[in-house]
Parts: sequence; structure tokens; C-alpha cells
Amino acid sequence: MTALVVDTPPPRRIPDRLSTPFRRLLGSWEVLLLAVTIAIFIANSLASPHFLDPWNLSDATYNFTEKAMIAFAMTLLIISGEIDLSVAAIIALASTAMGAAAQAGFGTPALVSVGLGVGLLCGAFNGLLVARVGLPSIVVTIGTMSLFRGIAQIVLGDQAYGGYPASFAWFGQGYMSDFPWWPALPVFEVITFEMVAFVCVALVFGILLHQTAFGRRVYAIGNNVFAAQFSGIPVERTKFVLFLLTGLMSGFAAVCLTSRLGSTRHTIAAGWELEVVTMAVLGGVSILGGSGTIPGVVLAAIVMGLVTFGLGLLNVPGIVMSIFIGLLLILVIALPIVFHRIRSRAAA
Amino acid sequence: MTLPMPAAEPFAGNDVPIMEMRGISKAFPGVKALDDVEISLHAGSVTALIGENGAGKSTLVKILTGIYQPDSGEIVIDGRPVQFGSAEAAIRGGITAIHQETVLFDELSVAENIFLGHVPRTRFGLVNWKAMNARAAALLHSIDAPISPYTRLKDLSIAQRHLVAIARALSVEARVVIMDEPTAALSHKEVEDLFRIIERLKGQGKAILFISHKFEEVYGVADRFAVFRDGRSIGSGLLAQTSQDQIVRMMVGRSVEHAFPKVDVAIGSTVLKVSGYSHPTEFDDISFELRRGEIFGIYGLVGAGRSEFCQALFGVTRPSAGTVELEGRRIDVRSPSDAVAAGIVYVPEERGRHGAVLQMPIFQNISMPSLSRTTRAGFLRQAEEFAMARRYAERLDLRAAALSVPVGNLSGGNQQKVVIGKWLATKPKVIILDEPTKGIDIGSKAAVHAFMSELAGEGLSVIMVSSELPEILGMSDRVLVMREGRMAGTWNRADLDAETLVRAATGNA
Amino acid sequence: MSRLLKHRELLLVAIIVALVAAFAYRAPGFASPESLANIFNDTSILIILALGQMAVVLTRSIDLSVAANLSFTGMAIAMINAAFPEIPLAILIAAALGIGAMLGAINGLLVWKVNIPPIVVTLGTLTIYRGMAFVLSGGTWVNQNQMTPDFLNAPRLPVLGLPLLSWTAILVVVVMVVLFTRTVFGRALYASGGNPTAALYAGIDVGRTRFFAFVLSGALAGLCGYLWVSRYAVAYVDIAVGFELDTVAACVIGGISTLGGIGTIAGAVLGSLFLGVIKNALPVIDISPFWQMAISGLVIIIAVTFNARQERRKGRMILRDAAKSRARPSELAEGAAA
Repeated sequence: MTALVVDTPPPRRIPDRLSTPFRRLLGSWEVLLLAVTIAIFIANSLASPHFLDPWNLSDATYNFTEKAMIAFAMTLLIISGEIDLSVAAIIALASTAMGAAAQAGFGTPALVSVGLGVGLLCGAFNGLLVARVGLPSIVVTIGTMSLFRGIAQIVLGDQAYGGYPASFAWFGQGYMSDFPWWPALPVFEVITFEMVAFVCVALVFGILLHQTAFGRRVYAIGNNVFAAQFSGIPVERTKFVLFLLTGLMSGFAAVCLTSRLGSTRHTIAAGWELEVVTMAVLGGVSILGGSGTIPGVVLAAIVMGLVTFGLGLLNVPGIVMSIFIGLLLILVIALPIVFHRIRSRAAA
Repeated sequence: MTLPMPAAEPFAGNDVPIMEMRGISKAFPGVKALDDVEISLHAGSVTALIGENGAGKSTLVKILTGIYQPDSGEIVIDGRPVQFGSAEAAIRGGITAIHQETVLFDELSVAENIFLGHVPRTRFGLVNWKAMNARAAALLHSIDAPISPYTRLKDLSIAQRHLVAIARALSVEARVVIMDEPTAALSHKEVEDLFRIIERLKGQGKAILFISHKFEEVYGVADRFAVFRDGRSIGSGLLAQTSQDQIVRMMVGRSVEHAFPKVDVAIGSTVLKVSGYSHPTEFDDISFELRRGEIFGIYGLVGAGRSEFCQALFGVTRPSAGTVELEGRRIDVRSPSDAVAAGIVYVPEERGRHGAVLQMPIFQNISMPSLSRTTRAGFLRQAEEFAMARRYAERLDLRAAALSVPVGNLSGGNQQKVVIGKWLATKPKVIILDEPTKGIDIGSKAAVHAFMSELAGEGLSVIMVSSELPEILGMSDRVLVMREGRMAGTWNRADLDAETLVRAATGNA
Repeated sequence: MSRLLKHRELLLVAIIVALVAAFAYRAPGFASPESLANIFNDTSILIILALGQMAVVLTRSIDLSVAANLSFTGMAIAMINAAFPEIPLAILIAAALGIGAMLGAINGLLVWKVNIPPIVVTLGTLTIYRGMAFVLSGGTWVNQNQMTPDFLNAPRLPVLGLPLLSWTAILVVVVMVVLFTRTVFGRALYASGGNPTAALYAGIDVGRTRFFAFVLSGALAGLCGYLWVSRYAVAYVDIAVGFELDTVAACVIGGISTLGGIGTIAGAVLGSLFLGVIKNALPVIDISPFWQMAISGLVIIIAVTFNARQERRKGRMILRDAAKSRARPSELAEGAAA
């Protein structure tokens, strides 16, 4: 070093962060959801003596596991600024295809491949129309919702497919203790395959969204698709992959649901698209795109599962429960907006 | 700093103002857009509102037209205070405006574009199409606009749309006509036509507020002036008694010969060679060579196809013909990611829309195009991202509270630094800057110019699109002028002069 | 360009005529006046709903709750009729319009005042309204023998050879033509969807316009609630399930842009008729009615692809403008007037 440089001020040092991650966490939507989850859990266990029964609780998870697996993929899709309303129809089509394959005598591995394959194909079709052709996803998936379920209806009419192989039942009805090589602890007798799948899928999507370059690009696209494109992000390809993933998860949900019900009608999973979207929105995903987290959706899934289960214990009919879900969807979006407006009016 | 106001010597309208705005303030989160400003408008007189970008001119227009409500202050018309709660109220109050970007309806007919919001009605309250078309035709005729009222707006050219916007402004019984940067997209002849219309309006006793930052226009058409700087009223008076120097001083706050920090750089070999680049609808047959260390200016009117050309070069749109060679190798740019990979980057004109993701933190914006270098096997490594962001933040002297702050919280100049930093992190060979200093304060402007010189000194090749003549003259080694989507010529720095460039850009031989 | 848009309607007419001719070839009576009148009558409800949907879509929104609204209102009116047979039909119809408009107003308020995206609002109210129909009826049906003869027969009443139901649709079409092309509200629908910023500058309240579009859509859905229940002589929770998709399909086929601001009444009516012809033709040519859903879906996708081709933004068109400005202004004026 020479002593020539005297007067240049050192460059301004900008700190990385203002507050610690822990402090930011405290005021978050996820923490609020966690509190709600605990509150509902306590309320339910006080309201009904049957609630805390491990078998009952284990059963209750079926209320959300399948939907949540789609909701995780839908979360990424909504964050990117798109939506897929055809997910329930994809389940219907995939389930119908599996039914047909079962009738033709295919075994369980083939059935699962058919279910996942049909899901992927449907997702690819949506993705092609939205990402490649550039059509609005709401209208496209309203169309494919009709098309996919319509095809299932053509194939099935008012008939039903059944006769799935016995080993197929494991996906929707099996417990981890059924696994020969799984450690034979008593707790695994109440842990279902779907619960484990739910946790795995949540982890995979959580890592994908929060820890990878792909996830970062999803946020960028959802916040400002032009700036993302102008930053060299492959917008078309990313959106296509998201539709593929949503299709794949719908296919997987179709495997689980079909296995659990043991039969396929064309009305299978009717109205699920609403519950899946509600789950994502309740989890804090902005319907306008750009923000949301997987942990939030995990908690939202559990909240919705517990509410449904609780209402079920009180013998509330399904269609009335759907009123609650519709209200939940609107209130979750409306309340923050209304509160914010009241607060800013009070401040003014 | 208000200038003395002597008794009216040359006729500059009635001395009693029709309309006055007093003590108007308006704040937005983080910015005080207007701070206690005043302005008065007189019948039969054109008042020029002068100020840099960001001085608060547009906010004032939005308050006058009822789009925004002021936080404090009053608007007085004929001595009576008024309040405009909506655009409709402002129109009823006798104020009409021609906006900067024409705000019209592509799918509707010309007549409807002129009368929407105040359509003529029949006795039964229904829309009177016959009267509407007839009155539209008469209005268009009165401003010598050869446009049929039945045409759909989307079939008109930009200049024709402008005439429709003028007709729209004149379709209401207004006493105050606001013209917000009306000449930005107009050719020389069209500007003259506009001035004739303004003269006629003056004759009818209307008060006109003319917003522009082009001095020759201001002196050509206005009688009075008001200068804003940083949201404050700096001065007002009669133009005939004020020199251009005085006004410039008021605009920028000091007597600056804005010194352009252009450094002489040894120009190297050809980096980029563009030949016969054409687009089906926007530009045609653009060719030039760009060398190492060169700052290559592209000048033209708004709507001359400069941004369209640059965006095609960057892969946002696809050209219909032409080739691009980078360092002697032919490249095929199909998307911005191809361009970035090849080493061509683009700082867009609309920062908030195309440049930065305003909701996301600074460090994530900077690493956005370089994620492959800050990740391992696709997994993010935040420490690397912060390190990269810190490097460029320091280099660009970014002012921010923290690197995790959303870019939207920064000032315009600092946002621009983030966008430039994002691209420097990709180690580009060619950087395209589209109106790099539009809407940023004087201090940041100088910093951006200095930085541009520095980059050129390091061997980067710079393409700079600008509508600001001083910037083009001050910074460019060579200048390409575009007019109506075509090349109007290229000039070396030695041969540059303002008149030549303006003439080439407006097609006024 | 306006010619191209007209082209769209002509194209649809041609397609519909071709379809009818093709079906008539397979099944001779299909193109007879009685059969065509029957198809029109059968499509009347879809036409009315599609026009309501069109008003909403013009403002860049969508109303997925129309069928649920229809179900709830239909159930409510049927139950009132069953419980109080003495109430005159005119009042019931007014009530149907009112209940429907109220449900539409709920959608509209949430979109206007709370700023929730229309797709979310109506996806939510879709289940809420249908759930309310269940709560209202307790899951029971209102049957033919519980309704008064007036209530049941009015839409069937033949006037000048057409049932009153068809005349209702025709009346709604006429009213809508006046509303859309001749009133300030109608033009505001086009303006606020076509360019919301410009609409704001023109003094048009975009939010309020959207609100009234939802009210209009709701009122028409309410009217259709009565028409549906009376025509099929039964009210239950699941009537018209999924019918909202047909209304969207009719609009999209008719060239109403889902991006707002573009579309004509003729388009929406022809789009509905297209679906109506197909629906009525399926049994005639021995295709199971189960095909209908898939066909609507496919048609929506084809139509929206087709629309997008026409709507695609074309940039500034600098070269075209340059060519124009070089042409003599007088030629231009002639060209425009032609």
C-alpha cells in the first residue's frame, strides 16, 4: 500500500438486514395460524371427548392430506400469478383412467403410473395453453375443468369403476406399520401412508420454493412478470413446469383418493378446486401473486382439516361445511384489507 | 426568489387570474410530492409550468383534474374556493386536460373517445349517437384534423390520437385547458399545428397551463411561467422579462453548466455489429457497429422506435430480419436470457415496470440474473447473494437502510443503481441504457453519467437511448438518430450539434 | 377492424347454420321451424344468463356464482309460491329479480369496496349461495304439485307461436341492446374494461360500474331462477350445477374478451345458440348427453385461443403510422370514412 490515497471516504457500508429473522417471524401470518391451530385443537378437545382419540385424529387427517398435496403445488402456481381451477377435474380424469386400467387387469404399479401420467399430461396441456400460447389461466382452466371432467363423464356415464387390486388400497387406507421393513413402533399403527406423503410433499415443495433458484424465480415472476422476463428469467418455462407440478400432484391425489374410496364416479372430488385454492389463500398466499409460504399452507391445511373434523363431530352436513369454506375464503382475504383500511383511516 | 411583477407590458391575458391554487401540498408514502405550491392562471394567457422530472408537475395536474385530492391548500376559481372530489367534478368545474400519455379507449370510436363521460343524450336520457358523431366531426374539423368520427381509435396513428385527445379536451365547456408535455411525441409540423390551436384557444379567452421542459417551445407559446423544484414553487412571472438562464437557475437550484463527465477512452475493436435489423411493425433496417469503450447514443422523438429496437436486441421481441454479431460471432437472441448469456444487458426506461421487482429486497434483485453463480446445484446460498449485492452496492454508492429492504422503498436514482448493479454482476460486454436518467434527481443524474464513463473506461460498450439532447451531446461518442422506426443517420462526436440532431429526428429538412 | 369483428358474428352465424344443416342431414326434422323454435326456447335461459355474464366480463371481471344464485333464488321463489299460493306471479317475479340482484350486489360490493379479485369472490359465493339453498330448503324438493298452475304455466304460454319463455329472452336481448349501446352505464361498461385508467380520467367510476354489472348479472340470474324452476317444474339444491361454465363459454365463443372492453350482444346470443344447437343435436344424432360437458370445455378452449389471436397487442405500430403520415391526409380521411 502506498500512502498516496488520503481523502477518499470509505464506501458506505450497508447492513444486510435490519431486524433479526426471529423478530420478523413473530409478527407473521404463520405464527397467527399456529395460534389458531392450537386454539381450535383445544376447543375441539373440550367440545368432544372423542376428539383426542388417536384413531379419530388419524382419520381426521384424511380431511386435508390429499387436498393439501395439491395445495402445495397450487401455492407455487398462485405465487407465480397463475391459477389452476382444473385440479379436481384432473383427479376425476386420472381416477377414471386408473379405473379403466384396473378393469383391464393392470397391477398396482401400473395403476399408479397411469394416475401420475394422466396428471402430468393434463398439467402439460394447461401449461402449454397458458405459458406457451399465452392465454389467461382462469379461462383456460375453467375450460379444461369442463373438458377433463367431461371426458371422465363420457367414459363413465352414470356408472362407476371399482375392482381395484387389494394392494392398491394401501395408498389411501394403509398405515406405516403395514410396511414390512418399517420399525414396528406402536405409534406407526396410527400413522397413515398419506400423512407421511403429506409431510414429504410439504418438505419437497418447501425446499423448492424457499431454498432454490427455481423458487426465487417463481416469486420474481409473480411480483413483476415483466421485470422477471427483463432479468433473463425463463418465464414461459417456469410457468409450464408449475402447471406440470400441479398436474402431477393432482394425479398423486387421485391415486390416494381412488385408493381410499375404492371406486370411481365422474363426480369424484367435485368442488375440490375451491378447497385447494382456499387452503392456499388461508395459508397467506396472495391471490394476486408474489407472496406466500409453504409453512403457512401446511398450517392452513391442518386448520381446515380440524374445522371440518370438528364440524363433522357436530353432525354438520357437508354442504353446510362448504358454506364455511366459502366464507373462510372471502373473509381471509377481506379482513386484512378492511382492518388495514380502518387503521389507516384512524391514523389519518 | 419570486421575480418582481411589473405592470403588464406586453399583453399576457387578464391580470385577474381565473384560477388560483394556493398552498397546495400532497404527500405519498415516503415522498412529499408537493409542498405548499401556488400557481395562478389567467384568461387568454398561456402559463408554462417548468420543472425537472420529479418536480411535482404531474401531481399538480392530477390534483387539478380531480384524480388526486390535495392534503391541504385550496383551489380558487373566480374568487370562489372549489373542491374536485373526482375527475367528473373537475370537468364540471371547467377544467380539461390533455394528458402526457394519451388516455383513450382503443376499442371505441373516435366520437365516443371524445365524448365519453359527457355524451350528448336524447330526450329520454339515451346516448344520442347522431348528435355525438356530428359534434365530433365539427370539433375535429375545427382543429383541422382529418379524422372520421366513426373510426376505431386503435386504427389511428400516435399523432392522430393526439388530435383526438385535443378534441376531447375541447369538447367540454372549459375555461382552463391543461396540456401536460403535449409535444413529446410530435414531429415539427405537428407541434406547429398544436401551437396554432393554442393561439386560437387564447383568442377564446381560455387559460392554458402548458407543461414542458423544452425551452424553445415554452418561449414560443407561453406568456407567463411558474417554476417548480422538488415539489416547491420557486418562481413565477412574465416570460418576456425573464431570461432562459434565470429560469434554468430556478429549475436546478444552482447555476450549473451541467458538466458531463465524459472521459476520453481509447476506442477498441468492434464488439457488436448489427446489420439490417428489422421488426414487422416497429422498426426497419437498423445497422451499426459498436466498439469497445464506446458510448453510442440513440436519439429520436418519443415513439421513434428506439426502445422497441433495443428490446428486440435484448430478445424481448423477435426481429423479422437482420443479424447481430458479438465479437465476430453471429448470435441468435431468442429471449432475454439468451442476451444475458451472450453478454448483452438492458436497463429499461420504465424502472418500476420492467427494471426492478420493487416488492423484492435489494440483494435478491441484484442476484436475480446471476442466480447460477450464487447457488449450488440450484440451492440458494444467501451469504453469496449478500456478498454479491454488497460488492455492487458499494461500487455504485447505493443509499439504503439495508440490503434486505424492498427496492420499492428506494428513491428513483437508487432504484436505477440497483438495476445497473444487477447487470454489472453478470459481467456484460454491452450494456444498453434506455433513458437512464429519466425521472431521477440531478445529483443521481451526474452519478449515473460518471458511472457510464467509468464503465466505458473499463472497456464496456454502452448504448444510451435518450430524448435529452444535452445528455446525448454530452455523453455520446457517436449518435444514431431514429425517426419513425428508421435510421435517420449516424454522427461522430466531432460533428454533433443540436440543430442537426433535432432536424434529423423530426424530419424537418 | 370493426369489419373483422362483424366478421366474427357472421362467422358464428355461418357455423351455426352449417351445424344445423349437418344435423338436419342426419335427422330430417331437426331444421324444421318447430324444432328450431324449440331449440331457441331451450336456449332462452342460457341467453339471458350469458348477457348478464357479458356485462360482468366487459368490466374485466367474471361471475362464477350465477348458477348458484339461480339455484338459491329459484328455491326461494318456489318455496314462497308453495307456502303462499295467493301471492300473484308478478310479485314473485319481482321478488326473484330483487333476490338475485341482492346476491349480485354482495359480489359487487366485495369486488368494489373490498377490492377482492372477482374470481375469488364468486368462487366463494358460488358455494355459499348453493349452501344457502340447502339451508333454506333443508335439502328437500319443491315439487310440481306444490306449485300453483299460474307459476308453472306462465313461461309455456304461447304468444304469436312462441312460448312466453322465448319472448322473455327476446325482451331481455332488446333491453340489453338499449342498455349497452344507448345508455351511459352501458358505454361505461366498455370503457372501464377497455382502459380503466382512461375511464378514471374521463370521470367514470370503474368500481361502481363493476358493482352494477354484478347487480345486473345477479338480477338476471334471479329471473332465470324462476324461469328454470317453473320450466322444469321442480326446485332442488342441485339445479343448474355447473351452468356458470356454460355462460362463460357462451361469452367466450361469442367473442367477448375476458380481458374486458370487447364484445357485442349479438356475439353473446350467437355463442349461446351455438351451445344450444349442440346440446339439442346430441340426442338426435345418438350421442350420449354425457358428451356435453367435454364439448363445452373444448369449445371454451378453442374459442379463447381464437379470441387471443385477434386481441393480441400489436405494439406501437410505428412503421404503419409512418406510412400513414406519409400518405396525404385527405386520402386518410376518405379511407376512414369508407
